[in-house]
Amino acid sequence: MTTKKNSISIFLKSLPKNIFSGFVVSLIALPLGLGLAMASEAPPIAGIIAAIVGGVVVSILGGSHVTITGPGNGLVGVLLVAITALGIEATYAAVICSGGLLLLLGVFRMGKLADFFPSSAIQGMLAAIGLIILGKQFHVMVGNKISRERSIDYLVEIPESVIMIFRQDSMSLVYAAIAGILSLFIMAYYPKLRNRFLQLIPAPMWIVLLSIGFSYFMEYIIQAPNPIHPEYMLSGIPKPNEIVSQIPSPNFSQAAGFPFWLSVISLTLIASIESLLSIKAVDKLDPGRRRSNVNKDLKALGLATVGSGFLGGINVVTVIARSSVNVNNGGSNRSSNFFHAIFLTLFILLFSSQLFRIPLPALMAILVFTGYKLASPSMVRKIFNIGKEQLIIFFTTLLFTLFVNLIVGIIAGVVVTFIIHLFVSKSILLFVRNVQKPNVLMYKEIDSGGYYVSVKHFSSFLNFYRLKQNLEMIPSNSDVVVDFSLCEFVDHTVMDSLSDYQNVFQKSNGSFEIIGLDLHDAESEHPFALRRLLPGFQFIEKNLTRRQSTLSDIAEDYELNYVPDSVSEVRFLEDFIFFRTKQIQRIYNQLLNDISSFRIFDLTFSEGAFIAREVVRTTMLHIELEKDIPVFTLDREGFLEKIYAFAGFRDIPIENHSDFSRRFYLLGEDEEAIKSFFDDDLVHFFESNPYYHIESNGHSLLLFGKERVAGVKEIKALLDFGKRLKEIVTH
Amino acid sequence: MNHHTFQTIGIGVAFSPNLKANIYEAARLAIFFESKLILIHVGEHSEEKSDTIESHLKPFKDRELDYEIHFEPGDPVGIILQAINHHQIDLILLGAMQREKFLQFYLGSIARKITRKASCAVLLHINPSVQRIPCRHVVVNGMKSSRSAKTIASAFYVGHKLGSERITIVEEIGQDEVAVKVEDDESLEKATAIRERLRLREDTRVKNIVDTIPEAYKTGIAVTSQPIFGKRGYSIGHYAEVVRADLLIINAQGKSGLKDRLFPHDNEHILKELPTDVLILQ
Repeated sequence: MTTKKNSISIFLKSLPKNIFSGFVVSLIALPLGLGLAMASEAPPIAGIIAAIVGGVVVSILGGSHVTITGPGNGLVGVLLVAITALGIEATYAAVICSGGLLLLLGVFRMGKLADFFPSSAIQGMLAAIGLIILGKQFHVMVGNKISRERSIDYLVEIPESVIMIFRQDSMSLVYAAIAGILSLFIMAYYPKLRNRFLQLIPAPMWIVLLSIGFSYFMEYIIQAPNPIHPEYMLSGIPKPNEIVSQIPSPNFSQAAGFPFWLSVISLTLIASIESLLSIKAVDKLDPGRRRSNVNKDLKALGLATVGSGFLGGINVVTVIARSSVNVNNGGSNRSSNFFHAIFLTLFILLFSSQLFRIPLPALMAILVFTGYKLASPSMVRKIFNIGKEQLIIFFTTLLFTLFVNLIVGIIAGVVVTFIIHLFVSKSILLFVRNVQKPNVLMYKEIDSGGYYVSVKHFSSFLNFYRLKQNLEMIPSNSDVVVDFSLCEFVDHTVMDSLSDYQNVFQKSNGSFEIIGLDLHDAESEHPFALRRLLPGFQFIEKNLTRRQSTLSDIAEDYELNYVPDSVSEVRFLEDFIFFRTKQIQRIYNQLLNDISSFRIFDLTFSEGAFIAREVVRTTMLHIELEKDIPVFTLDREGFLEKIYAFAGFRDIPIENHSDFSRRFYLLGEDEEAIKSFFDDDLVHFFESNPYYHIESNGHSLLLFGKERVAGVKEIKALLDFGKRLKEIVTH
Repeated sequence: MNHHTFQTIGIGVAFSPNLKANIYEAARLAIFFESKLILIHVGEHSEEKSDTIESHLKPFKDRELDYEIHFEPGDPVGIILQAINHHQIDLILLGAMQREKFLQFYLGSIARKITRKASCAVLLHINPSVQRIPCRHVVVNGMKSSRSAKTIASAFYVGHKLGSERITIVEEIGQDEVAVKVEDDESLEKATAIRERLRLREDTRVKNIVDTIPEAYKTGIAVTSQPIFGKRGYSIGHYAEVVRADLLIINAQGKSGLKDRLFPHDNEHILKELPTDVLILQ
């Protein structure tokens, strides 16, 4: 009973934060929902309906924690085909059927379905979808609406549309193009502005606000008509009193035909893959380190899709970008998804007339950017780094998806992957003979209490589910050793997923080691991706940059060792609160003393995922102390307040030092210990020195200045500051 | 204590490059278990063959090896099975084959047929050698069944006779026994608790069985029990391979039909890739 009461009080306590985060998410969901629906050639309101129904149903029935549901970008390509082939009413029927199938997938616990697709093939498919979105919407963005048969034609004609901007007869079309291109710039460069207050409103909403503001500016201040061509303004949003009467009736008359079911199956496939991938990715971002119940979520998504289809909405899936915005704004449970739906409803009811003031090119710029992110060159480079063969898989899937369709694309990806595996292992028997065998052994070692997992024969996307099934049974705070020494072949999909597990285990204070792969390289040279994917083996080129050689000079001056190589073993950083919702990628350019108790380093970490993802490079100083100190965070007043609020920390006033309390924001759980730790010496030290963000995890300190890589001068200052701080703390 | 005893040991001899090693292994076993050795050759009798076998047995004659050599032409499987009944053989030795290149052993078709049909215990040798390879570590299947007490007792009998240093009793806990499907943190917690309970229950059961075994059989042998999770019958072979056991002792299963071969389970998996020497008890 007490636990129940407790959880209710926790829920109520976190409610304000979830309402806030739901609000921020709805700001991004509104333009995306409109845009995604329009890109699929459905009425714009269909995307909002999907988000509202999804938000309500999944937040009540779902099994995940911080995910946001709504219309997904992956489905645009499929819906587009479906609507062109079947018409909009029959597509609603297809949406309803795919919702039913999704529900069945959940009921039959088929959440593991997504594991059977090689990861490079999935990426190829997503990239193709990205190109489809980008190709189609680019033309609208630059004020040149065209209509072609195949998605590849849209891509080919992009240069012509760019030239068209300068040849338009009507200036109103040029203004349309300007609105689109400006919006694209906002999408691309907005994340670069690291300002907490600006970041409160997501880029897509800025686009909406700016364009509505511009329209009012024209109307009331300049008193001229909006210069953008009226055809390029958002239209087709029903007024609040028309919404109910405009609900379309799904048309099941084509349900006997093959094209109908092809669409249903494509929709289900993409909806489930996109949702499952997103859930997996969001679980990595969840500061509570909870596991989502995938099957329960699938059931809820299926039900939501059925509901959405009946109300004239498109498919409901779990969406990664909005979910990561949710996490970054303090969403901690499903209620934020619910509130995002409520806010969307309010927007539509209250502001539907304002939405007409949004130019289409601006809206489509958001989609072009989304599409670009799915198919960005940096992703291709990442895949290339894993191995050339992954690139073959990637492009096969991509091209087949672009030229034929999605289902053929993913099948081609699977087939090519398997053929490549045959070539690499040079043995068809290895697969044929062993695919059926339960090749995974797991046991808890009696003496150490850790788990040991041994994998035999081969481990690839074909039988990864067996390994996964066993790994899922291990609590993530335990120590795990996965041994591949009896395994002749391990593919990229497996290595990729295992590195995800590695992240999860490390963050929950467990450990996850992969052993037995060193032999593979030597023995058979090929099992590719292996060499690459084992963390800790990437090296920066040997020729040092100018900054690096200066760093090495500084190291000599301060009697420190300089290690330029990139290291991804960063466990010493894991338990700092700062990194709770961030993923540390690697550290490099380390200056450290002999026992690594004092080190300054450059660091790359990422926050959020997909289009909301921001990669940050910064320089930090880490000091390992010999004694325990209270856990606290010290920063300039208000700067990081928002992030730390959800960790349950609050500002602690230090008596007799009102200047310090006014200028600094000191947070921590154990108030008494912190108060006694911040004695006069320490307070004076902070008062008379430059500002740094300082954080303690109980036994070490983390210091950094700005969220960017520090210059040489700044490093020297940080070194000096750190040294003096260490003396005061340990004296 | 109720355990298997091996009073008569049988071996089929073929004139292969392994002949000497096979005979040495069989003769050594017969001496360890103080039992009679029956050598069966499927084929016509000839002085030359007889002499060859005799010459290989020579070193063991001084150690009072009691043996018989039989020549019988016909279908190898039939002859051997017949001989098992006729001579009341308790333990039959069969050699495994090695898959080229790989360190993988499997049973040839004849050996596999005999293993499936034999009414006595079967010892599958992966690596017969003239020099004795000591049998240090025995892994035995302690899976709960009407025969598990007898199997574990026999493992101690065998371990004792062969001078083993360590016996590990493995309890295989199947996925299906943990009734909770792991889907999220809550079910994971539940499943972990259930597994812990199963583990304790199995441990007590095995401990009770071990307690009934006379001290004489246990002296000098370290006993551990290890629960493992995985596919029944298959995972124990995998485990034996991982811990580099010298002998794996398992129970035979009922008749295996066509279905079992198409959808292999349990012992069939082990026969397809022998992790080490395997002793199958009836």
